[in-house]
Amino acid sequence: MSTTVTTKKSAAGGKAGDSVFSGLSLGAGVLILAVLAAVALFLFMQALPTFQAPAEDVSGGEGFFAYIWPLVIGTVIAAVIALAIATPIGVLVALYISHYAPARIAKPVAYVIDLLAAIPSVIYGAWGTTVLASSLVPLYGWLAENFGFIPIFSGPASQTGKTILTAGVVLAIMILPIITAMSREIFVQTPKLHEEAALALGATRWEMIRMTVLPFARPGIISSVMLALGRALGETMAVALVLSSGPLTASLLQSGNQTIAAEIALNFPEAYGLRLSELIAAGLVLFLITLVVNMIARAIITRYKEFSGAN
Amino acid sequence: MSTTLLRNQTSTPPTGGRRSRLTRNQRPAWLVPTIGIAAVVVGAAAAALVGFNVALWAVFSAVIFLVAAPVAVTAVEGRRKGADSLVTYLVYTAFILAVVPLVSVIWTVLANGLPGLNSNLLLTSMNGVTGATDNAAAAGETPVLGGAYHAIVGTVSITFWATLLSVPIGLLTAIYLVEYSRGGWLGRAITFFVDVMTGIPSIVAGLFAAALFGLLFGPSTRFGFVAAVALTVLMIPTVVKNTEEMLKIVPNELREAAYALGVRKWRTIVKVVIPTAISGIASGVTLAIARVIGETAPLLVTAGFATAINWNSFSGWMTTLPTFIYYQIMTPTSPTNPDPSAQRAWAAALILIIIVMLLNLVARLVAKAFAPKTAGR
Repeated sequence: MSTTVTTKKSAAGGKAGDSVFSGLSLGAGVLILAVLAAVALFLFMQALPTFQAPAEDVSGGEGFFAYIWPLVIGTVIAAVIALAIATPIGVLVALYISHYAPARIAKPVAYVIDLLAAIPSVIYGAWGTTVLASSLVPLYGWLAENFGFIPIFSGPASQTGKTILTAGVVLAIMILPIITAMSREIFVQTPKLHEEAALALGATRWEMIRMTVLPFARPGIISSVMLALGRALGETMAVALVLSSGPLTASLLQSGNQTIAAEIALNFPEAYGLRLSELIAAGLVLFLITLVVNMIARAIITRYKEFSGAN
Repeated sequence: MSTTLLRNQTSTPPTGGRRSRLTRNQRPAWLVPTIGIAAVVVGAAAAALVGFNVALWAVFSAVIFLVAAPVAVTAVEGRRKGADSLVTYLVYTAFILAVVPLVSVIWTVLANGLPGLNSNLLLTSMNGVTGATDNAAAAGETPVLGGAYHAIVGTVSITFWATLLSVPIGLLTAIYLVEYSRGGWLGRAITFFVDVMTGIPSIVAGLFAAALFGLLFGPSTRFGFVAAVALTVLMIPTVVKNTEEMLKIVPNELREAAYALGVRKWRTIVKVVIPTAISGIASGVTLAIARVIGETAPLLVTAGFATAINWNSFSGWMTTLPTFIYYQIMTPTSPTNPDPSAQRAWAAALILIIIVMLLNLVARLVAKAFAPKTAGR
């Protein structure tokens, strides 16, 4: 008799538990959506005073747009330099791991590349400002001397090496693991039969890669580059530590330029009043830019997943 | 007939320096290594003309080799093999280029950090350490005083709160995605936005927390918990993605067996699904901690900067290891003698790298040691 009662109790408790648990997990999922919406909302609310303030009160005295666009350009320049360096190297390293290295070496190498991603950005920044910047000075001098007629290499080159080009190189080192890890994952998914068919027809290894691996992996490479772009656009510490900032300049070899993220990090601790709101507005702009870039990347991945036989 | 022909061709040595038809288009084994040695020698000479240094030598040698070797292969074996060899050498060059900065970073941190890694650094804070203290240390009168104890305390407390906030939310969301939603529109929306969240710049997450608490408690509200909220925003997507992957590989047979015994769904999840996947979940959480523990930017805008030990995450400014490193480099305690500050910064960087690597290692070991047994395959 008593056993029946306990069974009933447990069953009843279980029923309540079921709805509580499903409600909790649904709540957590909705909370994440709410947090993302809140990020946009709170940033917008705190940024609002900047948009309403008279133009001469905003830093620079010509309104928010005049304040933000040099920062946007600076952010894009740093990210483009990083991508230009990291994309070819990242894809080639991914090829090395997936198709060139002997299996015994490939695994540890992949692990080492993952470690590269785990190193905190402040350490890259510290390394960039103490080691890399000074060792690039001779190169910058040489570039300014011989290619000074090109606007981006016009001299006089910085004597400390703390330029946007150095910041771009540090960013490149930081996003390289992202490109490598994602590209590698897709390279190894290439259908083995395609590869073997190409080799059986007498293709060299490069022809096999060009004809089977790259067409298969193209959307994956593009989305990995887009994700890396998102990271490079939002990366703060490397730029804040490495770049000796200033107004927008065309030359990559002189100090000057600034990115949104570094501008916020450098000025926020001392900011108050309208300046605070200005920096939050800058953060909102950065958020929207990275949001668009990431959404495009994710859309490419999702579309690609639906149409390929990989999954 | 054809076999005798083949045997004839392979067994008779080529006469008068001409090679047989089967080996005619093969490059000799010595060709590429010889070009490599030549490139190193010529590279050294070219570097000496400009002003010798090791980096220049390496660059010149690499460029000469990358041009000469494929040209030589093309001359012997034709264009297709030439292109193949070019790509092969490019791949190896890219690999070396990628490894050089990693080695350089680790070497820099070790070389600069080891001298400063002592009990002073681990057990004292920066409270009362001024420019005068550092000037005395630089003059050799006292050892370098002051350390990162307060930063370690801050890192531990802020990371603790961030983990406490993000693990339940991330875990429950992953359960919703795998066990309840099963491809519904809300599930797909959450998956998409979790992916998008992965790409939120860390400084924006910091600004969000600062803006949120600014609205609640007035502008420039800074204490440890604000930073923990910022880190939670960064941690949740990692936890959700890892947990989701782990729950997905729990075999369906286990769930069905539990249902067949009349077990309720929530008890199935709590007693069967999660215990099966617990090692993967634990390693995912560890990796998420490793990711946020090195974050600097959100802490600059949320936690402020302190020189004294503060265990209370709900009042007063806090310093963490990354912000400690940042401020020691950017604003040395003694502007005239930045060396003691640099020494503390690099030692703190070494501690941070050791923590991150240990967390990664632990995550891998946990995942490997207690990996769930998947059915089939």
